[in-house]
Amino acid sequence: MIAIVDYGVGNLFSLRSSFKAIGADAVFTSDEKIIKSADKILLPGVGAFEDAAKKLRDTGLSEVVVSQVKEGKPLLGICLGMQLLFERSFEFGCHEGLGLIPGDIVPFEGKIDKSLKIPEIGWNQLTLNKVSPLYKDFTGGEFVYFVHSYYAECDKNYVSAFSEYDVVFPASVEYENVFGCQFHPEKSGKTGLKILENFCKAGETL
Amino acid sequence: MITKRIIPCLDVKDGRVVKGVNFKSLSDVNDPVELASFYSDCGADELVFYDITASAEGRQLFTDILQKVASTVFIPLTVGGGINTVADFDRVLKSGADKVSVNSGAIRNPELIREAARLYGSQCVVISADVKRVDGIFRVFSKGGREQTDLEAIEWIKRCVDMGAGEVVLNSIDTDGVKKGFDLEMLEAVCNAVNVPVIASGGAGCMNDFVELFKKVPRVDAGLAASVFHFGEIAIADLKAELKKNDIRVRI
Repeated sequence: MIAIVDYGVGNLFSLRSSFKAIGADAVFTSDEKIIKSADKILLPGVGAFEDAAKKLRDTGLSEVVVSQVKEGKPLLGICLGMQLLFERSFEFGCHEGLGLIPGDIVPFEGKIDKSLKIPEIGWNQLTLNKVSPLYKDFTGGEFVYFVHSYYAECDKNYVSAFSEYDVVFPASVEYENVFGCQFHPEKSGKTGLKILENFCKAGETL
Repeated sequence: MITKRIIPCLDVKDGRVVKGVNFKSLSDVNDPVELASFYSDCGADELVFYDITASAEGRQLFTDILQKVASTVFIPLTVGGGINTVADFDRVLKSGADKVSVNSGAIRNPELIREAARLYGSQCVVISADVKRVDGIFRVFSKGGREQTDLEAIEWIKRCVDMGAGEVVLNSIDTDGVKKGFDLEMLEAVCNAVNVPVIASGGAGCMNDFVELFKKVPRVDAGLAASVFHFGEIAIADLKAELKKNDIRVRI
């Protein structure tokens, strides 16, 4: 069973539908016991980093998630849920994340051509950077849907796929048992569903 | 780099897609759910649903339909029509919409944009503007293009973006339905005024209109159309192939 952490951030309708569509056993929960009994954890998130990090701490769920991951449980963070996995974010100040992956979250602003719009909204391509269970049977060049103004800055060995928006940035990351997608697999058509399915099935290959 | 987006727009009334749709491969061309998955399968990058229902029963029906579409189609969905309050935002977002487009509701109460952006984030607030030239000035029209307002379009759109709208749909009343191409001049003016994605609407008649759009106004992010897609005059797969041939980045 996959525990999808519901900490009051973002709209979970599409994620719920996606897991139904791939026939996965997923539970939306803020219950510590369920998260502890799950095989895997998914951390969603949309909105501002500071607000989401605070909600995760205030609910006590950050401790649960961190301790579960440190015991080896696989975790997938999506969009802001991925950004929260890093040490720090520079979105409106400097805020502490869960620190599960070494690295920072930095803005596009100032790094990309001024004619480009921020946030990056739309379909962009994956350039695979290492063999990842998430991208089983992928060849690279697949399109996924992004909505974000910030991206992760980390060691390139932690990057499972890059994308490019004037700067090359991590489209997804993988560090030990921690996975993260900057894009929205639940909005990326069949490609996205495949990625979620691969995460669900990843148990044997991890 | 991100691609240009191609977006079919579906008008829904009392739970059914209106504007005659003409696809032989579909058993029920007026079923929004069937049509949505058809478009998604042939490469639409996003879908827009306009609820043109007036009655409360129709609204409920629309919400049910939206839930069904959002449960089967996994590309971004934008919903517009009858969005007047934050409660309307809440209703459609909880039913699976990713973005909500406001038009007359924002003209009546501009604070709606600020409030919705604060609650749900700018990424899901879309300002949709129906604009027509009146004595050489771009004027905003409300109520589906029926009523002229005092608003000058560029100023209005800038104001909406400043208040938190994260995307703009510009529908030119002057070119809408004429099928002689998008309103490049009007689009250029809007693209120069704001730094959020701009979606062109109104005027698509053939594939070359989309090529012209993206070539001549490169800052436009997406092209939206209804009847040319619904009547099968342009197949999305063909359109994307044509755009690619002209070195315009698309998702294929």
